[in-house]
Amino acid sequence: MKSQSTPTLTPNEGFLDKLLSGRSSFLSYSLLALILVVILPLTLSEFRLNMCGKYLCYSFCCIGLVLCWGHAGILSLGQGLYFGLGGYSMAMFLKLEASDLESTKIQTTPGIPDFMDWNQLTELPWFWQPYHSFTLTLLLIIILPILLATLLSFFYFKGRVTGVVFAILTQSMVACAWYFIVGNQGFFGGINGMTDLKTLNGWDIREPSSQKILYFITVACLFGCLFFSKWILNSRLGRVLSAQRDKEERVRFSGYDLTAFRVFIFAVAGVLASIGGALFTLQVGFMSPNLIGVVPSIDLIIYTAVGGRLCIVGAVYGSLLVNTARTLFSEAYPTLWVFIYGALFIIIVLALPKGIAGIWSDHLRVRVRSLLKLDKKDKPEKLTT
Amino acid sequence: MKLKLHSKMYSLLLMAMAGPTGHVIAEEFPTAKVNTTGLAVTDTTVTVGQLHSITGTMAISETGSVEAERLAIEQINAMGGVLGRQIKIVQEDGASDWPTFAEKSKKLITQDKVACVFGCWTSASRKAVLPIFEKENNMLYYPTFYEGLEDSKNVIYTGQEATQQIIYGLDWAYENLGARTFYLIGSDYIWPRTSMKIARAHIERYLKKKDPKCKVVGEEYYPLGHTNFGTLINKVKLKKPDLMFTAVVGGSNVAWYKQLKAAGVTSKKYDMLTISTTEDEVLGIGGVNCEGFYSSMKYFQSIDTAENKAFVKAFKARWGDDSVIGDVTQAAYLGPWLWKKTVEKAGSFDIDKIAAASGGIEFKDAPEGFVRIHDTNHHLWSKSKIGKFLKNGQFEIISTSSELIEPNPYPKGYQ
Repeated sequence: MKSQSTPTLTPNEGFLDKLLSGRSSFLSYSLLALILVVILPLTLSEFRLNMCGKYLCYSFCCIGLVLCWGHAGILSLGQGLYFGLGGYSMAMFLKLEASDLESTKIQTTPGIPDFMDWNQLTELPWFWQPYHSFTLTLLLIIILPILLATLLSFFYFKGRVTGVVFAILTQSMVACAWYFIVGNQGFFGGINGMTDLKTLNGWDIREPSSQKILYFITVACLFGCLFFSKWILNSRLGRVLSAQRDKEERVRFSGYDLTAFRVFIFAVAGVLASIGGALFTLQVGFMSPNLIGVVPSIDLIIYTAVGGRLCIVGAVYGSLLVNTARTLFSEAYPTLWVFIYGALFIIIVLALPKGIAGIWSDHLRVRVRSLLKLDKKDKPEKLTT
Repeated sequence: MKLKLHSKMYSLLLMAMAGPTGHVIAEEFPTAKVNTTGLAVTDTTVTVGQLHSITGTMAISETGSVEAERLAIEQINAMGGVLGRQIKIVQEDGASDWPTFAEKSKKLITQDKVACVFGCWTSASRKAVLPIFEKENNMLYYPTFYEGLEDSKNVIYTGQEATQQIIYGLDWAYENLGARTFYLIGSDYIWPRTSMKIARAHIERYLKKKDPKCKVVGEEYYPLGHTNFGTLINKVKLKKPDLMFTAVVGGSNVAWYKQLKAAGVTSKKYDMLTISTTEDEVLGIGGVNCEGFYSSMKYFQSIDTAENKAFVKAFKARWGDDSVIGDVTQAAYLGPWLWKKTVEKAGSFDIDKIAAASGGIEFKDAPEGFVRIHDTNHHLWSKSKIGKFLKNGQFEIISTSSELIEPNPYPKGYQ
């Protein structure tokens, strides 16, 4: 596990090597880019590509989980909350745009979202006002999770609450969020969620062509987040995080105040999930409380575990593969798919405890490197560590 | 084998009842002519989609609809299919999850090119798939009684919309139970909220004119899945309403009725009229716990007509003697039949032509009795009925509306 988290750098390696930390990482990024940018768009139909885009949105949450659970040791069972923050922010913007006077003229109060009218609201609540502006919406997608994550985690981390207790707290938060949304139908659409989202600044997001563009935007954002995460992990900050995961007391005695580090990485995970949520809303065209409850949050943990919880690229493969399997099984066997899906998890946990990343680091990596004759270079490096 | 024989027999019976529209020869309707939009229609088959929850919390409720739709399709196939084509089903699992419903509906429409979809149950799932049906232009046959405030070109609503169920029920309670004070109780989501809005408007604007004593003494909502009704029951005991008017759904039902009984709020002292409890729910609640209360629906399994008896027999022969048939199950059974009749009237499977031909489609021998699709909105004219809960889980029908009630999804004066 440790060998994978922070490979040592040798002084003669170039900038790109530093950024991507070693050749095999570079290879794995290139491979991912090849799959996402070339292979999938060329081979899949528009419908399937859109679904892959949707699955990639979960990857954002999984990358966040690799950072905060895998590398910093903070298990969060409530990432759905942040996914929902981004998703609902985007949905509120789109819903306002879809609720113009013309298309809502049948309502008692035209010009407000339909579900507000059904719940006897006669004017737009104040906290909906910022969502008239696209710029503000984008800002809120970043700022809200930072604020919320900081607020929710600061006092716990200050009081050194971590581990299982913190995990349960995050889970209760996401449960609260679910009840809050379902209970406030007039404000958030309740159990139905926000549906019938059509355009983004006049651009029809339901057209196949726009869904293709959204897919590429998602991939671009995903790589942005991957590089950002890699940068964090390779920085001294990343080392402190790994250090406090493995030997908390030793890091404290070295004079580090861990609260700030932990709050930071938890907030980063929140922001990543929020970006994923916003992109999800754009591609799927609606947002529902079902996407942010306890169960979807645990699903995110599963995707991360399947991908390998220490490997940020693995997180992407994890969410893609698990969701593809889920879709294909349920299409082929609508009545039995749950059992096949469950069996798959049991097999993965038994056979690949490190997830998909384990296949690479434990089996394939050595073979590929010997094929490419990279091993000679590595040998002295290994001796020094 | 025995089951199959039975279902054949009853389908033959139904065929005889359905009359001369039965056999049509496919050659009269060349595929190029009946299918101009690239749907999955061949010279011998037509593919339709079925989208319900087979897994997850809604599976219990939706299974009845799945079975009813299958039975109807098998019967139609036994009669020679639609425009001479056998119906094939592509089934997908909505998994009680609204985003999954959206994904699967898109798959059915864009990948499988189905000619129409029978499916959905909760309002939330319908709201999730609706934009897809409208964008991709396909047709959904939706079986559940629901809140109204919707009338899509791409949906046929085979259940009742809220006013059909509520206004008849309240008028009946006013006349026959002498109800003057009402306590409104529901699960907290769009359907009960809208239903109670209509109920309150009816009590305060219309019943009050007849008797100024009419009023709503309480209105309460509880989250879906809520199981602790102690506080509510105490409030009911304090206010002593003439009628509890309820729309509690799903798992909450079991707790609600059992706690009422335990607290001594039984039909001996209190009247209750529900718009959400059918035979399917009573199976879980237990007939003894709700005996003597009333339910307002358009269908009860105990309807005493030849058509309904044939339907119940066919259903039990196909799906087992233990099956019960609730309001939604029967409405789901109407879906494939209405679609068949519409396609035959339009002489085409094209969605636009079906949508245009739907108005005025009649189904004389439906289990619930004569129904007709409204000329201008895609809902059904139907007769409302009041049933009294019996100990054995069935209902005794004690009142039926004399006329078909017009569907009115956007009721003026109730909003």
